[in-house]
Amino acid sequence: MAEKVTSMPSTIHLALIHHPNPEAVEFISSRISHVFKIPVKLQHASFDPRIAFDSRRQQYDSTVLLAELLKEIQNKEDKIIGLTDVDLFIPVLTFVFGEAQLNGNAAIASYYRLRNAFYGLPDNPDLVLHRLEKEVIHEMGHTFNLIHCPNYRCVMQASTSVDEIDLKTGNFCPTCLEKIRQE
Amino acid sequence: MKNEEFGILIVDDEPAVRDALQSWFQKDGYCTETASDVIDALKKLSVKSYDIVLLDIKMPNISGIELQKRIKEVDADIVIIMITAYASVETAVEALKEGAFDYVTKPIDPDDLSKLVRRAIEQLKLKKENIQLRRQIDEFIMSEDLVGESPQIKKILELINTVSKTDVTVLIRGESGTGKELVARLIHANSSRKYFSLVPVNCGALPETLLESELFGHEKGAFTGAAYMRKGKLEMANGGILFLDEVGMISIKTQVDLLRVLETKKFMRLGGHKEISVDFRVVCATNQNLERLMKEGTFREDFYYRINVFQIDTPPLRERQADIPLLAKHFVDKYAREINKKIDNISSEAMDVLMKHDWPGNVRELENAIERAIVVTKGSVIKPDDLPLQMNQQKSAPAAGDSLEAQEKAHILYVLHQAGWNITKAAKTLGIDRVTLYNKIKKYG
Repeated sequence: MAEKVTSMPSTIHLALIHHPNPEAVEFISSRISHVFKIPVKLQHASFDPRIAFDSRRQQYDSTVLLAELLKEIQNKEDKIIGLTDVDLFIPVLTFVFGEAQLNGNAAIASYYRLRNAFYGLPDNPDLVLHRLEKEVIHEMGHTFNLIHCPNYRCVMQASTSVDEIDLKTGNFCPTCLEKIRQE
Repeated sequence: MKNEEFGILIVDDEPAVRDALQSWFQKDGYCTETASDVIDALKKLSVKSYDIVLLDIKMPNISGIELQKRIKEVDADIVIIMITAYASVETAVEALKEGAFDYVTKPIDPDDLSKLVRRAIEQLKLKKENIQLRRQIDEFIMSEDLVGESPQIKKILELINTVSKTDVTVLIRGESGTGKELVARLIHANSSRKYFSLVPVNCGALPETLLESELFGHEKGAFTGAAYMRKGKLEMANGGILFLDEVGMISIKTQVDLLRVLETKKFMRLGGHKEISVDFRVVCATNQNLERLMKEGTFREDFYYRINVFQIDTPPLRERQADIPLLAKHFVDKYAREINKKIDNISSEAMDVLMKHDWPGNVRELENAIERAIVVTKGSVIKPDDLPLQMNQQKSAPAAGDSLEAQEKAHILYVLHQAGWNITKAAKTLGIDRVTLYNKIKKYG
């Protein structure tokens, strides 16, 4: 299970898995450093994501990818978030937008199901970018020990559909912000 | 209630499923634990109580259905959600029959899982609220009590205790102000219908047509002025108790209509064509001599026997004088608290006045006298001067015959004169309602 993080990380590593959109990478990187006030280091994941591929489900096991991401950081106090364009799942669920270790070091987010095209709708790159931004901040929030928030505008509100992601903002509510400051 | 107040136990033999679900629910803030087999699950359930169990239907050595039965033996209120790898209708139906809340098929859609658990939590919250409210109702209704230690009161309490557990119709008889409504409330409070309403209807306060509309309700346009459909007291009493006060005042026509309802538990709203089924218990009260009304032809015999299955007589206060100090103390405490005044006691002189008074208005009159005394008293002890004037002057009231009726007539006349024949004022002084006073004026001519 998640390792207990005892002090503020000096760096957040943004690891690119597979073929993420370069524009998205730049935007997400700046948002993470702005929200968490921690420098972001961009890097390509050194592992092959196919190790997490489930041929029966035609999806990638996010828990396996999280374990791989953890190996990418040397400093135990740092955090890492993987950014990918593959379809993620955890064994018991049909899919996940992302996964994170609660109060841990690693998180992952995918924009595979954030795209309008996945739902047969016209493409909207800006909308996808903002959905991804919210998912990344949300999963990173879990690594700072934040749980789901009942405030529907807070980025920590649980979302199981893109409609729910669109409804919330990319910011923490005052309660979650206070908790993250305390962390 | 916050999510952290709810405990979830995940029972699955696959570590990946257990870990994934635990991580999922921990992020929602639930207090989550896991068990890998039957022994582990039952051990955890024996030391800690959980609200929800997510249970894999296919477990090694034992079926999920069998484990569900065992869990329900440990805690019958626990919410069980079955998880199955195959959408087998038969197994799901069996699980639901055995008391499972619902079932989900692996892999689970995150949205479905989230909604399902939210629904289970809502149900749990309602259940907990319901238990809490019932406890509050119990505390509230138990606060009402018949005060007194006289043999008459002990007998009444015994009768209430006996009759409350049944569903028979009760007729409470007694003079005005003897606590007939309180007896009805105690029957309600001790019955299985206590969580439904006690609906009182003062049959003496309304003319025949209004009483019919009040009891049966009416459809829109049933009569001039019936702009909307309105439910009657019979419908409002569904599940609870209908309390017909002053039942002797009901007209012959309404008695016939009511008799039919009491026998069939079905009725139609005024102007309506649809028969409505209701389930209520009837408790009636009267201060009239129903047997005499039957002889005079104003009270139907069949209706009398229908409502007089079990009779409770509330004695007048003058027949249980020993209870006066207890009652007086009870009302002093009650009104001192309500009015927020510090009253320690009743002086022996004032108590003497209370003991010598005839109390034609019974306990209600005593209650009003004490309430008034608490308002007017200057000190912390109630003195004779704080009591209503007519009590202290009773000895100088006009002479009358020795019979109770003659005394009552003389006292009513005296109070009416004092009040300048203002019925409302006189009724208030006597501690009875206006209808009762009118009836007494009619009775004594």
